[in-house]
Amino acid sequence: MLRLIASPASRSALANARGIATAAPALNAAAAAATAATAKPPRTYGNLKDSDRIFTNLYGRHDWGIKGALARGDWYKTKEILLKGHDWILNEVKKSGLRGRGGAGFPSGLKWSFMNKPSDGRPKYLVVNADEGEPGTCKDREIMRHDPHKLVEGCLIAGRAMGARAAYIYIRGEFYNEASNMQVAIHEAYKAGFLGKNACGSGYDFDVFMHRGAGAYICGEETALIESLEGKQGKPRLKPPFPADVGVFGCPTTVANVETVAVAPTICRRTGEWFASFGRERNQGTKLFCISGQVNTPVTVEEEMSIPLKELIERHAGGVIGGWDNLLAIIPGGASVPLLPRKICDDVLMDFDALRDVTSGLGTAAVIVMNKQSDVIRCISRLSDFYKHESCGQCTPCREGVGWLAKIMKRFVDGNAKPAEIDMIEELTRQIEGHTICALGDAAAWPVQGLIRHFRPEIESRIATFQQQKQEAKQRHAAEKAAKLQATA
Amino acid sequence: MLASLVSRASVRLAVRTPSTSASQQQQQPRRLMSDKLFVHRDAGVYKDEPFEFTAENLTRAASIIAIYPPKHQAAATIPLLDLAQRQHGWLPLSAMNTVAKMLDMAPIRVYETASFYTMFNREKIGKYHVQVCTTTPCLLGGCGSDKIMKAVQKNLGVHPGGTTSDGLFTFTEVECLGACVNAPMIQINDDFYEDLTPETTEQILDGFRRGDRPKPGPQKDPATGKLRKSCEPVDGLTTLKEKPTGPGFGVRADL
Repeated sequence: MLRLIASPASRSALANARGIATAAPALNAAAAAATAATAKPPRTYGNLKDSDRIFTNLYGRHDWGIKGALARGDWYKTKEILLKGHDWILNEVKKSGLRGRGGAGFPSGLKWSFMNKPSDGRPKYLVVNADEGEPGTCKDREIMRHDPHKLVEGCLIAGRAMGARAAYIYIRGEFYNEASNMQVAIHEAYKAGFLGKNACGSGYDFDVFMHRGAGAYICGEETALIESLEGKQGKPRLKPPFPADVGVFGCPTTVANVETVAVAPTICRRTGEWFASFGRERNQGTKLFCISGQVNTPVTVEEEMSIPLKELIERHAGGVIGGWDNLLAIIPGGASVPLLPRKICDDVLMDFDALRDVTSGLGTAAVIVMNKQSDVIRCISRLSDFYKHESCGQCTPCREGVGWLAKIMKRFVDGNAKPAEIDMIEELTRQIEGHTICALGDAAAWPVQGLIRHFRPEIESRIATFQQQKQEAKQRHAAEKAAKLQATA
Repeated sequence: MLASLVSRASVRLAVRTPSTSASQQQQQPRRLMSDKLFVHRDAGVYKDEPFEFTAENLTRAASIIAIYPPKHQAAATIPLLDLAQRQHGWLPLSAMNTVAKMLDMAPIRVYETASFYTMFNREKIGKYHVQVCTTTPCLLGGCGSDKIMKAVQKNLGVHPGGTTSDGLFTFTEVECLGACVNAPMIQINDDFYEDLTPETTEQILDGFRRGDRPKPGPQKDPATGKLRKSCEPVDGLTTLKEKPTGPGFGVRADL
C-alpha cells in the first residue's frame, strides 16, 4: 500500500538504509509522486523515539503512584478532554487508527461507538479485560503494576466516550500484586477528585472498580469474562445479543483490553494524527511487544507497529541465542497463532495485515522464539496441553477434540504414530475450528495447523526414526529369544 | 486368588490416594488425568470443617458487595470465595455455604463457580502453594521449566499435586501465569519469583522452610551475576533511557 511520507530527507535516509536508490531531493513534487507510484518509496518502521513512547514507566524505574504519574503527564487536562464530549473523543480514537490490542484487532473507535445508541434507561458499563493469560503475553501486567494511572485515566476517558456509568477492571486472580497496585491507584484518583461524582470537575460521574478473577484462561474471552464477572462459571455466551446490547448485568457493555484503554488518554492529548503517524496504513500506532523464549535478553518493549520482526528481536532482545541463523521458528502473536518458519521471519513486518498475509496473526504481539536446539513439536504439544486444560467444556468439538489433539501431539513428540495420523490430526483441527461458541477452539487448532504446514517433514522423520528403532528392538528381541531357545535346547 | 485381587485393588487405591487424602477420595479415587479436583463433592470429612468469616472480613465482604449494582450481588461470589480462602487457607464446603447465604444464592450456584476456577483449593493445601509454570514460553525461556520442575521436586520430595508431609508446601504444575518475559518462573502464594535457575529455586524454597519470605520478582542469576528489576533487557536498556517527558509535552493546542 502506498504511503505518503512527510519529508523527502527522511525518506532518502530511510531508503538508503535499505540500500535502495532514491530520487534526488531536488526533484519536483510531480516527479517525486510519479517515482513514488512506480517504485513504492520504502519507509522503514521501528526505532521509536523515547519521547514518542506512551508507557514511559514500563520498567518501573520511576514512581508508579499518583505523584509520579502526574510528573509524567498523566491526568493532564483530563477535564478539558472530558468536556469536549463523547463525539470528539470517539473521533480522535477513530482518527488514530487504533485497533484493539487484545488480539482480534477490531477498530476501537468503531467498537466504542456501538455504545452510543439512544439510552433506554439501563446504565452502560465499560469492562476492562485484564485477564491476561495468553502464553507469551505479559504486557498488561507491566501497565498495571508500573503505570496504573494510565489505565485509570483511560477508563474515565473511554467510559466518557461510551457514556458508561462505571468501569470494571477484570484482572486475572494470579495478578494479586498488580491488582493491589491498581486498587491503590484508584484510591488515589478518588482522593484527588479524578473519579467519583463530578470526575475531574467535568460534571460527569464515573466509578472504577477492580474485580479479581480466579484462574481461568477462558475468562479472557469477552462473553466468558462477563459471565465470570456476574459470579458464574466462565463459559462464553452465544452472540447475538452482543455485549453492546446485553452485556454485564443485562446492560450494554463494551469489553476492551488494558493496552487499548490505557493509550486512549495520550491519543486524546497528542491527537489521533500523532498516533496514526506510526506504522503502516490500517495498522497504526505504537504497541507493546513481549519477546520471550530463546533470545539473549527477553524483553517487553514499546515499539512502532510494522517494525520488522528481525529488527525487533535484534535491536531489543539481544538476538536469537546462537545467532539469527540458529533460528528455527517464531510464534509471532501469542500461543493462539500459527508459528512461522525462519524464512518467513526474515522479512515479515509485525502488524495485523502483514502477519495475516503469511497465515498467522499479530494477536497480542507476544513473540515466542524457538531456536534450532528446541523441540518444536514438544513446544506445540505443550500448547495443546494448555488448551486441553483451559477448555471450558461447553462445546463438544473443543472439549473432546482438544483432548484428542493433546494426546496425538504427545505421541508425535516421541514419534510414536503412523504417518497417516498427520493428516488425521489436520482434519481434526478443521473439525474443531469454527464449530465452537468462542475462539478457544480455533486457538487450539491453529498452532497444530501451523506446525503441520511448516514442519511436516520434521514430524515424519521423527515417526520414521521411532518406527525404525521399534523395528530394530523387535529384531533384537527376536534374536535374543532365539539365542536363548538354542541355549536351552 | 480372591485375596490377591483384593490386595492388588487396595494397593492401587493406596497408590492413587495421596497421604493427606480424605475418606471421600478413598470411596472414589482421584482421576489420574488431572492434578486438580474438578468435580464437586458434598460428602466426606471436609463437610464438617467449620468456617465463619471474621468480623474484619465481614466488613471487607460488605465493601466488596457494595461495588456491584443492587440485585446483582451474586457477582461478588468469586471475590468472597477468595476472601474465605485467604482466611482459612483453603476453601471448605462450609465456606461455600456461608458465601451462598451471604449472597442469597442457592448453594449449588456457588459450588459450580468454585469448582470451575483453578485458584479455589477445595482440599487442604500446604501453607505455601508452589505453582510452577511449564507452558511453552517457560519451557523455552532461561534454563527451561523442566529443570525448575526437577529442582522443586528434589527440594520438596513430592510429585506435582502432592503436599509435603510437614504440611508446609503444596507443589502444583500450572498453566501460563503471564510472566513469560521473565521465564522460567514460579508463583508461591501471591508472589511471582522470576528469572529462575535450579539453584535460586532451591534457595527460595529453603528460605520459606526457614520461615523467611524471600524477595519476590526477578532473581539474580548465580552464574552470570545478572539481575534485573522487571522486564527490561538484562544487559542494559535499549529504550526509555531518557527522563520521561513531563505534563504538557506534545499536547495539542486546542485542549
